Amino acid sequence: MSEPVLSVEGLVTSFPGSGGQRLTVVDDVSFSLDEGEVLALVGESGCGKSMTAFSIMRLVPKPGHIGPGSIRLCGKDVLSLRVTEMRDVRGSDAAMIFQEPMTSLNPVQTVGSQVVEAIRLHERISVGDARRRTAELFERVGIPDPADRLDAYPHELSGGLKQRVMIAMALSLRPRLLIADEPTTALDVTIQAQILELMRELQRELGTAILLITHDLGVVNELSDRIAVMYAGRIVEEAPRKTLLSAPRHPYTQGLLRSIPSLARAGERLAEIEGVVPAASEWPAGCRFSTRCPRVEDRCRSEPPRPHVFGPDHRAFCHVAAREAGA
Amino acid sequence: MSLLRVEGLRTWFPLREGVFQRVAGWVRAVDGVDLEVAAGQTLALVGESGCGKTTVGRSILRLEEPREGRIWFDGVDLAGLPKSELRSYRRHMQIIFQDPMGSLDPRMRVRDAIAEGMEAFGIGASEAERTDRVANLLERVQLDPRQMSRYPHEFSGGQRQRICIARALSVEPKLIVCDEATSALDVSIQAQILNLLRDLQQELGLGYLFITHDLGVVRYLADRVAVMYLGQVVETGDTERIFTAPEHPYTKGLLAAVPSVDPDRRRAAAKVMGDVPSPAHPPSGCRFHTRCPVVFERCAREEPPAVALEDGSSRCFLVGSGDAVEPS
Repeated sequence: MSEPVLSVEGLVTSFPGSGGQRLTVVDDVSFSLDEGEVLALVGESGCGKSMTAFSIMRLVPKPGHIGPGSIRLCGKDVLSLRVTEMRDVRGSDAAMIFQEPMTSLNPVQTVGSQVVEAIRLHERISVGDARRRTAELFERVGIPDPADRLDAYPHELSGGLKQRVMIAMALSLRPRLLIADEPTTALDVTIQAQILELMRELQRELGTAILLITHDLGVVNELSDRIAVMYAGRIVEEAPRKTLLSAPRHPYTQGLLRSIPSLARAGERLAEIEGVVPAASEWPAGCRFSTRCPRVEDRCRSEPPRPHVFGPDHRAFCHVAAREAGA
Repeated sequence: MSLLRVEGLRTWFPLREGVFQRVAGWVRAVDGVDLEVAAGQTLALVGESGCGKTTVGRSILRLEEPREGRIWFDGVDLAGLPKSELRSYRRHMQIIFQDPMGSLDPRMRVRDAIAEGMEAFGIGASEAERTDRVANLLERVQLDPRQMSRYPHEFSGGQRQRICIARALSVEPKLIVCDEATSALDVSIQAQILNLLRDLQQELGLGYLFITHDLGVVRYLADRVAVMYLGQVVETGDTERIFTAPEHPYTKGLLAAVPSVDPDRRRAAAKVMGDVPSPAHPPSGCRFHTRCPVVFERCAREEPPAVALEDGSSRCFLVGSGDAVEPS
C-alpha cells in the first residue's frame, strides 16, 4: 500500500503556562489519512482539534511550540522543513479553510484577484491564465455568474458564497490534503447543506483527502469515513464512521452522543456529562476524562490508558472498556 | 389560555442615507407576525439568520418599538402602553441571550447582578432577604451559593448561562424569551442547560418563547413551533407534526437540510437553493418563491394567506392540495 497522505505520530503542541509549567494542548496525538479519505476530528471547544490542524500547517501562534512528534505530509517531514519550504507545502500539498470566511479574505481586494494571487504565488502562470482558471474554479464551486464575481469584494458576497470562494482558493492548486476547520459552522442550515454537498462532490471528483475539524456530529456523519474523538488534548477513540456512531466504546464518546438533542425522544431527558471540561492547566493525571467519567475507577485517576483495539480500525483509550472487552 | 398572543406585529428599521440621514427605505425585519405562547408551554421560533426571529423577541419586550400590531400579555395590550406603564409588566417577561458574558456586567458580583432586578421591583424587604433569595436561586440553577461574591469571568460559559437564568428567575416571571440561549455552548453543556430549563418550566409553570436556529433543540424542548422566513411566519403547528409532516416547502427544505446523526442515514439534502434575499427588498408575492422547489406562476404575483391547518397554519398556495413536495 502506498504511503498515507498524512501521518501524525505522537504529536505534542504546547504553550508556556504560568510558573514555568508547559501546557500541552495537543498531547501524544497519532492518526493517519489515506488518499481520498475523510477523517473527522471531533470534540468540544478547547479539546485541541483546531490546534492539531494548525500544527500540521505549522500555523500555531506564538509562543506555541510544536513537538516532539512527527508529521509526515505527502512524504515530507513537516517539522524539519525550512520556513520557505513550508510556504510551498501550504497551498500545493495541503490547503486549509476556516469557519469564518470573512476573516480569511482580504476585505479591500476583490475575491478574484485574491485567488489569482494565490495561484501565482505557487505557479509561473500569466495573470490572464490565472484569471481564466479562477473563473473555472468559481463555476465549479457553484458561484453564480462566475466571471462577474471575480471582481466582487468579499462584503458583496453572502456567507455561503464567501465559503465557496475559500473552497475555490483552497482547491486552486489541487492539494492532496484539505483541512476544513468548522467549514459550515457559521452558515445557515440550508446553506450548510449546499456546502456539504459541494465538498462531497469535489472530494469524489478530485480524490482530495480531507481532515474535517468540527464539533458537529451531524456534519461528521454526513461527510466522514472515519472519526477520531478528542478530549482535553488527546484522542480518546477512533473508528470507522458507522462503528463510532453506533457502537462507541469510550464513555466520553457515549456521553457526547447521548447529549445530542435530536437523538432524544420527545419527553425523554437528555443525558448530561457532569461538570465541565477542565482548563488545560488542570488536566488530571491518568485519564483526562476521569474527573467527569460516570465509570471512573481508581486506576483511571493515576494511569493514562493505552490504546485498546476493539475491532478493525477501532481503538479507544479506556481502562474500563478494555477490561470489559477481555484485555 | 394563552399567556402571550402577538397579532400582526410589524417592526421595520429605517435605512438612512446622505448627510441628513434621510430615510431611504425600510428593512422589514418583522412584517405581520402572529403567534401565541400558552402558559407553562414552549413555543419555538425557528428560522435562519436574518429571518427576524430575534427582532420578534425583542419587540415583544419592547426593546424594539414595533410600528404596528398587538402584543397581548395576560390580557393587556403591551404595544399600546406608554413606557412608564410598561415597567410593571417587564417583571413578568424576562429574556436570556446567547452570550452570557455580554449580558452580565463584568464588574458586578454575581450576587448583585441577580439582586439588581429584585431591588428595582421591590422584591425582598431587605438586603439580607435578597441575599437569601439569591442563594436559593443559585441552588435552583445548580450553582454553589458560596460563589455569589465572585465575578462573571470566574465562571465557565455554561455556569454563566445558569447565572443569567437565575437572574431572569429572580423577579418571578411568567414568560422567558430565550434568544439562542444554548447556541454558544458545547453539546454536553447544552444538554445540562436544556434539562435545567425544562425542570424549571415544570416546577414554575413558565412559558418559553425559544428563539433558535437549531432544530434538534426544538424537537427536544418545544410544544409548538413557528417557522419564520424573511419577516413572516410561514408555518405553525405542534412540534411532532412539524417534524413528521411539515406542510410548507420552506419547512420541508429546512428539515431536509439538517445533518443527521443516524449512522445508517446520511441525508442532508440541499433542497432549498440559493441565498436568502435581503429583507430590505423582499421578493414580491410569496417571499419564499425565489428559492422554492415547487414554485409556480401565481407565487410571484400574490402573497399567500396563512391557511388554517388542524394544529396551526401554513402560508402556501399548495396547502391541502396534495401537490406539495413529499418529505423524504
